[in-house]
Parts: sequence; C-alpha cells; structure tokens
Amino acid sequence: MSTVEGDLLHTVEAGAISANRRFWGRTVLWLSAIWFVASFLLQGAHELGWTDWGFVNWRPVLYAYFLWAAVLCVTRVVIYGEAGKKALFVLPAALFVVSMVVFPLIFALWIGFSDWNLASSTGRRFNGLDNVRRMIADPFYTNALLNMILYCLAIAVEYAIAFGLALLLNQEIIARKFWRVTFLVPLMLSPVAVSWMVGKSMMETRFGPVARLARWLGWENPSFFGDPLTARLSIMIMDAWTFIPFMMIMLLAGLQALSREVLEAAEVDGATKWQRFWKVIFPLMLPVSVTAVMIRIIFKLKLADIIITVTSGGPGGATDSVTSFIYREYRDRSNVGYGTLLALVYLVIIVFGMTVLMKFSDRIVKRMTGRL
Amino acid sequence: MVRIDFEKYARGQRIRWWAMRFAVYGLLVIWAFVCVFPLFWTVSTSFKTAADVMRGNLIPWFNFSPSWLGWRSLGLSPDTIFQISTVRDEFMRRLWNSVIISVTASALAVVLGSLAAYGLSRFSYKFGHMRNSDISFFFLSQLIMPPVVLALPFLVLYKELALLDTYVGMIAVYTLMVLPIVVWIMRDQFATVPVELEEAALVDGLSVWGAFARIIVPLVLPGMVAAFLLALILCWNEYFFAALLTSTNTNTLPVMIASQTGSQGINWWSMAALSTAGILPLVIVGVVLEKHIIAGMTAGAVK
Repeated sequence: MSTVEGDLLHTVEAGAISANRRFWGRTVLWLSAIWFVASFLLQGAHELGWTDWGFVNWRPVLYAYFLWAAVLCVTRVVIYGEAGKKALFVLPAALFVVSMVVFPLIFALWIGFSDWNLASSTGRRFNGLDNVRRMIADPFYTNALLNMILYCLAIAVEYAIAFGLALLLNQEIIARKFWRVTFLVPLMLSPVAVSWMVGKSMMETRFGPVARLARWLGWENPSFFGDPLTARLSIMIMDAWTFIPFMMIMLLAGLQALSREVLEAAEVDGATKWQRFWKVIFPLMLPVSVTAVMIRIIFKLKLADIIITVTSGGPGGATDSVTSFIYREYRDRSNVGYGTLLALVYLVIIVFGMTVLMKFSDRIVKRMTGRL
Repeated sequence: MVRIDFEKYARGQRIRWWAMRFAVYGLLVIWAFVCVFPLFWTVSTSFKTAADVMRGNLIPWFNFSPSWLGWRSLGLSPDTIFQISTVRDEFMRRLWNSVIISVTASALAVVLGSLAAYGLSRFSYKFGHMRNSDISFFFLSQLIMPPVVLALPFLVLYKELALLDTYVGMIAVYTLMVLPIVVWIMRDQFATVPVELEEAALVDGLSVWGAFARIIVPLVLPGMVAAFLLALILCWNEYFFAALLTSTNTNTLPVMIASQTGSQGINWWSMAALSTAGILPLVIVGVVLEKHIIAGMTAGAVK
C-alpha cells in the first residue's frame, strides 16, 4: 500500500531514507514472511500426515502471522518514511478484516464441498457436488429462503409505523426528550431476553397478558405459535418491536434536517396537510428513507436469535430464517459441510439481491428527487 | 352587509386544535405503553409468586404483593446477598464475561475503525487496483455479511487454533462484527473536521500521528463515544456467535438466559429476574447516554 498524489492533507518529507535503512527493512519483512509461510507449510504437512514433526495445533502459525503483520506495519515506516506513516492508519484494520473475512471465506469454500462431521474422528471427506444436490432437494431450505422474503416484506409495515412515530415526535410536543427515550427502550433490550419475556411469557396461552387481551377481544383459543401463519406474524411483530426505534430515529433526524423554507412555502401556497406530506415531505425524505430501509434489510437478513429461542423454527420449520435453519442443522448433526454450503449460497443470493436493490432504489430516488 | 361570526370561527379552530393535540398525545401514550409494557412485565414478574404468575396479576401492591422469590433464586435478594450462592456466582461470571468481551471488542473496533476512517478521509491510497472509495466500500460491505456465513468456518478454524471458548476468540469475532458500523460513523465525523486544523498543527511541527492524537481525537470524541455505545449495544445483545463459539468458560449473558429450561416447566419469576439483571445495565447506559446513541445512529444517514 502506498500513497499517491491527491492527499487532502499534504505533508513534507523531512529527509531522504538511506539505502541501508531500506535494505534492513526489506530483509526483516522477508524473514518474517518466510517464517510465517514455512510454519504454515510445516503444520499443513503435519496435519496431512506427511511429517511426524509439527505443533499440537495451529496456534504457532497464528503467532507467526501476528509477527508478520506487526513487522509489515513497522517496516512501512522504515522503508517509506512519511508515506508509510500514512499507510499505517488503514493497514491494521485492513489486515484484521482480511484475515478475519477473506481467509475464512476461502476456507468456507473448502468446507462447503465436503462431508465433515466434527463429532466423528474421520475428519473431512471431499464429496464433490453432493451438498449442492442435497440443497436443491431440501424443501426446508427453500422454505427458509421464502420466509426471508416474507420477513423482509414486513419491513414495509415497520417503515410506515416508524415514519408515523417520527412525524409524531417532530410535532410540537412537551417533554419530547422523555418520549424519545421511551421509544428508544426496545432497541437496548437483548433479543434473547425479549423473546423469553415477550414470546414465551407474555404470549403464553394461559396466563400471558397478550393472550388475555386476545381472549377479551374475542379470540377463543389464542395460540401465537400454533399454525404457520400466526407464528410467522408473531416473530415479525417481535422483531419489528426491537427495530422500529432504529428506523424511527433515522427518519426523525431526516425530518429535523428538512429545510423550513420549503415547508413554509408549501403552506403559503395553500397545500393541505395531506398534500404537504405526500408532495413535499415524503419525496424530500426519500434518500433518508432508502438508507434506513437498506440498513434495516441488512439487519433483517441476519435475523436468528428470536427464532432460535422462541420457536426453534417450529411449527414444522414454518418460521425458520436461513440462519436459524443452518444453526439447527449444525446442532442436530454437527456436520459443518452442508451448513457452510447453504450459508455460502445465501451469501451469493444476498450480495446479488442487495446490488440489484441498491441500483433500483438509486434510480427511484434520482427520479423522484429530480422532479422536485 | 356580510357579517362574519369570528367567535364561531375561532371556536371551531380551537376545537380542531384540541382534537389534534388529543390525537397526538393519545398516540404517544399508546406507543409508549407498547414500548414499556414488556419491560414492566419482566421487572414485575421477577417479584411474583407462582400463583400470581398463573393468575396474571399485573399491578403490584394492588392485586399481588411483591416478594423476592425470583431474586432469591438468583441469590440477589436482600436476605441472600451476603450468603454463598452458586447461582449468583454463575450469574456474576456470565455478567463479567459479557462486560469484558463487549467492552474490549467495542473499544478495539473504535480504535481500528477510527484510524482507518481517518486515513481514508485524509490521504489517498492505492493498493493494486483499489483506490480510496474501493477500500471504503470493502470495509462497509462487511455490514452485509450475515454471521452465519462465517460462523461454521470460524468454528472449525477456532478449534484448530485452540481459540474456542476463549476471550480472545470472542473479542475478535465481535470486533469484526461492529467494525463496519464504526467506520461508517467515524468517516462521517472526520468529514466534518476542517483540514486546516491539521495543516496548522503540521506547520507548528507536529507529525501526522501527533496531529491526529492531539488535535483530531479530542474533536471527534463525541462521535467516538456514539460509535462505542452502538457497538456496545450490538455486542452485549449478540447471541448467535456466542452460542456457537463458547461452551463453559466464556459464555455470555444471552447464552445463559437462553439455556434456562427446567425439566418441569419454567420458573418464570427466576427467569424474569435473570432477564431483568441482564438487560438493566444496558437500559441504564442507554437512558443516560441517549443523546450519544442517537447521534451515532443518525450519522451518515442525513447528508
């Protein structure tokens, strides 16, 4: 990594770096790299049974990697001087993310096409496309994917409620801070505690207050997780409850940033409240809305803990999200191969879907705001 | 001559205004109830006896008399707090794990993320084909990554590296999880600081890092607090990775809460006490530092 012209903040090099300093920097860097590669190869050979000599586990290789990373950071400054100091800002984070994401992803490809039961001693067995075939024939995975679409569609309702609440908080009301804090409370609660106290206790069919309310409203035998549709709805409501504050706060910030002149101009021109909302406020809020909804979708795609704790996918896998399904798949069979392949396919679908969605929403925002 | 009944017109206006007020506050109260009732239910259930739970009594002192049943089973009631209690030890250990892991991971993410965001906002990098915007995108795109994709590879890798059920392993995972959010918030913060400040510092003889540490960090400290708090909330409540990658030593609170299933039904009062104790620290932090959390969430959303 090296810096080029075009920095926002310009610096002046104090003096030239001597050839000797450069040489030693390079040498140390190469030595640490060689050590890391050598220990990796050695341990790999040991794992595969080619050599007897090796470490108990891969820890020493990790230490060698740390050493190499540290040396890399230090030698940036030694070799490149001022430019190296700038590179040092981004380098630690970049190294961290690369080693924690890119490497495991490559490793995931290696696991994904294998039959690997962690509990048994046979270890990893390459099984070609067996997992793919199994995935295509697996009705539960398809069901989980369809559920994710349903769960994501629920965001439309969440968005409407959040927008309504943001409008409420934007009115001239007394004790606005108090209401804001109160509305923010659900965000701070742990989803696991929420799913226990709301999903299992408040929605308990005999004594739960929600069930009581439902009975009072005329629902004979309230059961919130009995049939697939109500179970899905209950999960959606619980998840919405924890995340509506998040969207609400973003939208509220957007509303407060709207220019007062435009709103007043609309009022002077005789627009009714309804017109003012649909013709002025809503289009102006589109960029913020798109950001809020996008972030919400990203979080929704990770939905798992509520489902795992409340229904564990039931009844009959009806409420499964992809994450909770893979979690159960691993818990039941302790086979990492199939689950990893499912997760990888999910990742591909998400990346593709999000890219399309981003392009699409970008176009809509451009069109809507361009007209104003 | 046309006579306008101003009195009547004004009265109509006033009624409309009052109706509007009424609707606004009515909706506010309803939603506040929706937000707070589960919390009230959790806290009040922890003071109920079995009969009170079954009868669904709601209001303390009015239709049930509070008792310390739930807190006693956790070893945290006034009469058991000074006695030896294995449950309390267990709870304190989990609480301590949660504190260590989430605070360290959030702090680490803030340090790494701020440095990266600062570098990206001030200097232009080139790494192969990747320019600044690509590197930024690389960091932010990690937000899309669902945990489940990395979970099983991490499980296998951690097993090989002997990092399963260790603090280091959990902290690394959580740092990775919140890093994109920190970068997102901090990038926005650094963009608001004028470059002239650092230029002046450089002229006065500070190095790039000196200017960053002495001039910039104090300026963006509120932003850092906001990023730290958001990261803390996410780490404290995380369940999925904790359930997979820990077993006995470094279990966090959510894992302990999720694993409370008795063979003969659930002891709602102790469950409620445990949940209350688990969520209370964060609720207090959140209510006290609400301003910063909101600042963090709105960063980058409004241009």
